[in-house]
Amino acid sequence: MLGFLIQRLLQAVVVMMVISALVFIGVFAVGNPIDVLISPDVTQQIRLDTIAAYGFDKPLWEQYLAFLERLVHGNFGRSFVFNMPVLQLILSRLPATLELTIAAVAGATLIGIPLGMYAGYRPDSPITKAIMGITILGFSVPTFWIGLVLIMTFAVWLGWLPAGGRGDTVMVLGIEWSFLTLNGLSHLFLPALNLSLFKLAMMIRLARAGTREVMLTDTIKFARASGQSDGTILRRHVLRQISIPIVTVFGLEFGSTLAFAVVTETIFSWPGLGKLIIDSIQSLDRPVMVAYLMLIAFLFIIINFLVDIAYAALDPRLRARRS
Amino acid sequence: MTARLLEVRHLATHFFTRAGVVKAVDDVSFDLEVGEVIGLVGESGSGKSMTGYSLLGLIDPPGRIVQGSIKLKGQELVGLPQEALRKLRGRRIAMVFQDPMTTLNPVLTIADQIHLAINAHERVSTATARQRAVDVLTRVGLPDADRRLDAYPHEFSGGMRQRVAIAIALLHRPDVIIADEPTTALDVSIQAQILAEMKSLVRDLGMALIWISHDLAVVSAMASRILVMYGGRIVESGPTASVLRDPRHHYTRGLLNSLPSRAAPGQPLTQISGLPPSLGALPPGCAFHPRCPRADAICLTAPETTGHERRDWRCHHPLTAVSA
Ligand SMILES: Nc1ncnc2c1ncn2[C@@H]1O[C@H](COP(=O)(O)OP(=O)(O)OP(=O)(O)O)[C@@H](O)[C@H]1O
Ligand code: SF4
Ligand SMILES: [Mg+2]
Repeated sequence: MLGFLIQRLLQAVVVMMVISALVFIGVFAVGNPIDVLISPDVTQQIRLDTIAAYGFDKPLWEQYLAFLERLVHGNFGRSFVFNMPVLQLILSRLPATLELTIAAVAGATLIGIPLGMYAGYRPDSPITKAIMGITILGFSVPTFWIGLVLIMTFAVWLGWLPAGGRGDTVMVLGIEWSFLTLNGLSHLFLPALNLSLFKLAMMIRLARAGTREVMLTDTIKFARASGQSDGTILRRHVLRQISIPIVTVFGLEFGSTLAFAVVTETIFSWPGLGKLIIDSIQSLDRPVMVAYLMLIAFLFIIINFLVDIAYAALDPRLRARRS
Repeated sequence: MTARLLEVRHLATHFFTRAGVVKAVDDVSFDLEVGEVIGLVGESGSGKSMTGYSLLGLIDPPGRIVQGSIKLKGQELVGLPQEALRKLRGRRIAMVFQDPMTTLNPVLTIADQIHLAINAHERVSTATARQRAVDVLTRVGLPDADRRLDAYPHEFSGGMRQRVAIAIALLHRPDVIIADEPTTALDVSIQAQILAEMKSLVRDLGMALIWISHDLAVVSAMASRILVMYGGRIVESGPTASVLRDPRHHYTRGLLNSLPSRAAPGQPLTQISGLPPSLGALPPGCAFHPRCPRADAICLTAPETTGHERRDWRCHHPLTAVSA
């Protein structure tokens, strides 16, 4: 196990190095931020001074090394636009996106698995037809459109839920959270629902396919032959066996939602990371883009690691192979 | 006399597929007495497993039992509600499958799997379940049962896994165990061990056993009576010695001729020519006629079962008995 941990840690360092280089070069290619930083009517001298101050006149590799050096000291630089440390800026936006992502992905998983298992267990029932209808909707209707429909219906016509913003928040561990207040929850509900529909459809499909496959195996036939009820079989035999692909997709969805909840955050004016990154791309706020992309890469590494641990917990054969 | 343990009459299980009706089990009748071992023998696809599943009420759509009766100690099982059938499975009738590599759940420990099988019929504590698991695993010849209880199936050899499966089948001391080729997937030496153990287990526990196999040699070593199945039907049945000595159906003789122990030394084995029929498109009349050396026009009509209750066959031109 220790060997496994060390190996993963080394891998993570290498991956982060590669990502930092790619990101730095990529962002460099997007455009020169100098025109954003200063107004067009300043003197040529000020312009050159500013370029020198930011080091934009140096060759790319020198800028990269300088960046790495600052990175080692935990300094991601300052945002050009917000004029505050980038790390602080990103961390102030992360909780909003984090709680939205958790609500959406966990909700989709907890609801999608039972529905999908039912659909796999009773492929011909009318309820299954209805469930599969939901998945077609979730897959084919674009997120922004569903978001607008949700706002129209629940916020404008019915007036039950707010149309945007985070609502009241509470400080816990020095971080603002919406889900801990009733008002915050009511703000969280619609964007989370909007984000989760596609994931719900995917979880249903996954659970259904897995259940159908596992139900046909000799393992299940043998469990039935020993008199175990269908409920026991689904809960104790099938769920465990279909969980590996579900955990995989859960991890991937979690990471990508964290990184790219942009559409939903924009529609619901949710002050999260997605909005920040779109703004920073528009204003060529290089340090924010770089730090953001590196943070996302880092989160993916962590998620992959947790998914691997979950695999080992779920499947004894993998555990055996690894040790 | 009390009711027979098991009385199967005119059982028919058909699958209604898009390509047509598959008559997997057709007009099957047999009896099983308390403590008796019978063998069900036939080529692959002849409907042996489906006969076993029918007894357990484990036929899934598009299949169903279309007619016939299965009486367990006088109680009719055909048409029982699902929950009543579930309560019978594992408790009164149990089944062991062919491939031990696939029957146990790979992600649950042996202890958990046995606990689940016990819980299907009675609520017991984890400690009690463990004790029962150790007892039954020891009974089927698994060494250090209590130490290996928390192992997973992949840590066991095929023979060990099959012993665990047999132990699960024995848990509730069922009246009948259906063993569906439980040794076919195992090494020959393990096969022989498990055969011998099963035989003494059913004798000691007084259980009846239906031993399914495509291997007539295995069946004749186990069973006191033999049912020969072909194309979803029982084409011949009788006491083992009598069937081996005096086969009346041409298919049974074909099976006997292909046994290595029967061939004269140095002679090639005689296989039955042709292929077993598909149960979805059985030849009319005697399903064996395309492969039968004695077939004639009358074989295009279905032969009735003839003989007497404990020794019968379905053939228009039965072989004559060598010894009477
Ligand atoms: N779901 C199904 N749909 C259609 N036909 C089926 C279905 N399940 C089983 N059958 C048919 O039932 C027939 C009998 O199969 P069965 O498993 O009883 O044969 P078997 O004698 O046990 O053969 P083997 O020695 O290979 O195990 C098969 O040939 C197949 O055509
Ligand atoms: S009925 Fe005819 S075809 Fe069938 S086994 Fe007898 S002789 Fe052969
Ligand atoms: Mg079979």
